[in-house]
Amino acid sequence: MAGVRLPLESFPLQALVSEPVKPAFPCVVMSNTIHAYISQSDKGELVIGAGTDQFVSYSQAGGIHITNHTIDAICELFPHFRRMRMLRNWGGIVDTTPDRSPILSKTPVQGLYVNCGWGTGGFKATPGSGHVFAHTIAKDEPHPINAPFTIDRFRTGRLIDEAAAAAVAH
Amino acid sequence: MLLVYCPYCQVERAETEFACRGEAHIARPADPSQATAEDWVEFLYMRDNTKGVAAERWRHIHGCGRFFNAVRDTVSDNFLKFYKAGEPKPDLEAIAKEAGK
Repeated sequence: MAGVRLPLESFPLQALVSEPVKPAFPCVVMSNTIHAYISQSDKGELVIGAGTDQFVSYSQAGGIHITNHTIDAICELFPHFRRMRMLRNWGGIVDTTPDRSPILSKTPVQGLYVNCGWGTGGFKATPGSGHVFAHTIAKDEPHPINAPFTIDRFRTGRLIDEAAAAAVAH
Repeated sequence: MLLVYCPYCQVERAETEFACRGEAHIARPADPSQATAEDWVEFLYMRDNTKGVAAERWRHIHGCGRFFNAVRDTVSDNFLKFYKAGEPKPDLEAIAKEAGK
């Protein structure tokens, strides 16, 4: 509508939740190598993060082999979870950039700012990104922390590959 | 899990036998020496990210290895057409209309 073209593509990212059990898992476990991501909620459910489909989709579902891949990894690491039943799973649509880092930036349209492209990450960065985005809007200039996260980086070639910082090869 | 039809092997196989390679029919600048930075941004990074009927590239990576194109509705994930690489971009609006999308 504003005529600003963004380098974004949307993919379904899946998560699933198990039946609740007594406290059995007092930490978050994340394996970059075999792609397991698991924690236990206060209600006792295991909260499991799976991967994205390989194609652009707005289906809000995602392929079953994507969740199978994650569950296989979890069962390999923690055999005592093998007989647990899953309560529900879903796919949320995530917008990803070519370098898998977000865009927090001014746009060519005066007074229009974008905070997008968080892809499969984001929750843990929400407070910090909100702070620097508010700074960007208030001053019409980016905060030093989000200054590199422009749309223009795809023209200059100064991409931000933070896969290592996020501990996930996404 | 999608079922993908390879127009070269003329078989339908599970999605895990294929790799999706993104939006189809994106032309590389004809004369790279004359292309501007903006031309490269458009070629390398900008995508339509269509919600609806769109053409995309697939590769039969665990089969014949060849690239081909497919038309898919990105809301239902239903494939509407498969065709070989090099064939012209089909009329997406007509395909969408025919499929009732």
